[in-house]
Amino acid sequence: MPERTLMGGNIAVAKGAILAGCQAYFGYPITPQNDLLEYMAVHMPEEGRVFLQTESELAAINMVYGAAAVGFRAMTSTSSPGFSLQQEGISYMSGAEMPAVIVNIMRAGPGLGNIGGAQGDYMQCTRGGGHGDYYLINLAPSTVQEMMDLTMLAFELADKYRNPTLVIADGFLGQAMEQVVIRDRVKKLPEKKWAITGAKGRPKNLINSFEMNPIDHPRRIKLLLDKFEKMRINEVRYEALNTEDADIILVAYGSAARSAISAMKMARNKKLRVGLIRPITLFPFPYQPLADLAEKGCKFVVAEMSGGQMVEDVRIAAGNQNEIKLVNTYGGVPLEADPIFEAIDLLM
Amino acid sequence: MNDYDNAIFVRPDIMVDRPTHFCPGCGHGIIQRLVGEALQVLDLQERAICIGSIGCTVTAYEYFKVDGMEAPHGRAPAVATAIKRCRPDLVPFAIQGDGDLASIGAGEIVHAAARGEKITIIFANNATYGMTGGQLAPTTLMGMYTASTPGGRTAEQSGYPIRMSEMLATLDGPAYIARVAVNTPANVRKAKKAVELAFRVQLAGLGFAMVEILSMCPINWRVEPVKAPQWMTDNMIPQFPLGEFKVLPEVVALKKGDRD
Repeated sequence: MPERTLMGGNIAVAKGAILAGCQAYFGYPITPQNDLLEYMAVHMPEEGRVFLQTESELAAINMVYGAAAVGFRAMTSTSSPGFSLQQEGISYMSGAEMPAVIVNIMRAGPGLGNIGGAQGDYMQCTRGGGHGDYYLINLAPSTVQEMMDLTMLAFELADKYRNPTLVIADGFLGQAMEQVVIRDRVKKLPEKKWAITGAKGRPKNLINSFEMNPIDHPRRIKLLLDKFEKMRINEVRYEALNTEDADIILVAYGSAARSAISAMKMARNKKLRVGLIRPITLFPFPYQPLADLAEKGCKFVVAEMSGGQMVEDVRIAAGNQNEIKLVNTYGGVPLEADPIFEAIDLLM
Repeated sequence: MNDYDNAIFVRPDIMVDRPTHFCPGCGHGIIQRLVGEALQVLDLQERAICIGSIGCTVTAYEYFKVDGMEAPHGRAPAVATAIKRCRPDLVPFAIQGDGDLASIGAGEIVHAAARGEKITIIFANNATYGMTGGQLAPTTLMGMYTASTPGGRTAEQSGYPIRMSEMLATLDGPAYIARVAVNTPANVRKAKKAVELAFRVQLAGLGFAMVEILSMCPINWRVEPVKAPQWMTDNMIPQFPLGEFKVLPEVVALKKGDRD
C-alpha cells in the first residue's frame, strides 16, 4: 500500500520537491507560503541538502540561479509581491537556460494587496513576466495531491527544457488540508555537462545570457523561441470533464476549478449539459481543445479569482462567435460554486 | 607551462591570450591581471568560478580559462553564495564595480558579508559608472563632475560617497577586507598580495573576503590616461584611504606564510 497522509498544500509542495531530488532551497518569508519555507528549514538539512533563508526574494532567485548553474536541482517559493521581485532573476535564468523550480502561492494584489488567495498573477506568470522574449511552463495544481505531483513534474520539465518552471497556485490551495499519497523518491538525477563544476579535463563552461555581438544575439533568441514552440506542441496538459455532450463549458484552474466542478455537478443534477476544461498547464495553454469546443457551438463560463485574466486566453481560443461569461472574485475572496451555477443558469 | 618563480614577466597560463575591451588607461586590465596571477599561483584553474557582474566587469569571465557565469546587476554575491554552499570545493569569486556593489547590489553584498560567506569579492572602485558613460556613482567624490551631476556632486542633491570597506568591516562576518589601488607600481604590488590573500582566505575557509581596488577611469574622469594615476593620488585616495580594515587573527597567521 502506498503511504497516505493528511497534508497541507504548501507542505505537499515542499515534500514533492524533496522527493524530486531538490538539492538546494532558497527563500524569504512571505504569507501565505511561510509553512513551505519552514518545512524546508527542517527537512533540507536533515537530507544533507542546502537551505538558506535569504535577505530578499531578489537574493533568493539569484541563489537559485547560482545553484542551477552548478547543476543542482534548485527551488524557491514565494507569493505574489515576492514573485514580482524575482522577475529579474527569472529573465536571466531563462536567457542563460538554467533549469529551476519557482513556486508562486498567489495572494491578492496589486501592491501589498491582501494575504487572501487570488489568481491575479496569471498574466505575469503565463507571459514570461520579466523583460525579453521568454516563457515558462506554468503548472497549476488544484488539489493537494497535485501540489506534490506537479512540483515533482516541474523539476523534470525544468531539466528537460533547461528553463525555469513555475508551479502556480493560490493561497487557499496552499493552506488546504487533504489526504495525499506520498510518491516514490526520484533516485537518478540527470547529468548536466553544461554545469560550471570547475574546468577539469574539459574546456571551460560559461553560463550567461549576454551577447555583445548583435549578429549572435538573434540566433540565440531563435533557439529559445524554438524551445518554447516545442513546449507548446508537447506539454499542454488539461483535464476535460463531461465535454462530449456539453452546451456550456466551464473553464477554471486551481481553487476556482474545485468550485467549478461543484457547480458543474449542480447543473448536471438539473439535467443541464455542462462540462469543464481545467487547464493544468497555463503556459502552454490548452487553446486547441477550447477552440474545438467553440467550433461545436459551446458557450463558455470562465471562473477565476482575478479581475479577468485567463478569460482573455479563452477569448483567443474561442473567438468572438461564442458567448463567454466571466464569473470572478478578486481582492483575496474565494470563488464559490453558487455564483458559477447562477451564471450557467443565466446562459441556458 | 611558464616558470612563475623565475620569470620576470609572463602572461599567466590561466589567462586567455586576447586583448581586453577596456579603454586606454583603465585600471580594470591590471585588476584582471592580478586576479589571473592569483588564480595561477594558487593553482585554481580546475576549481575557480569567475562571476562577471554588470558594468565594465561584465565580461570578466572572458579573460580566464576557468568556468564562468554572469550575474544580474548587483547580484554576484548572491550567486557566489549559492555556488559555494552547493559546492564548497569550488572557489567562486566576483569582480564587481562600484555601481554594482555599492549601489544596486548594496543589499546582497552586506548580507553575504554578514553571513560570512566563504567567497572572494574583488571590488573595482573608480568613482563613476564607466560602461554607461560616466554618471554619478555611490563612490563619486564631492564636487566631481559626472554626466548626471553636470555642476559637480553636491551633498544636497546626491549625499556623500560610501566607504564600503569601512562599512563592511563593522560586521562580524568578514574575515578580510582591504583597500588597495593600481595607480603606481608599488601600489600594484600591494594590490597583488591583497588579491592573493583574499583567495587564500577562501581556501582556508575563514570567511568573507573582499579587496576594494581603486581603479582609474580616465575617460569618464576627463583626465589624460597618463595623468590619471596622479589624479587618483590627489583626489581619490584622500576620500578612500588605503589599508586593511578587517583582518581576523587566522588571516594574520595566513599572512605569515606570504611569499616574499
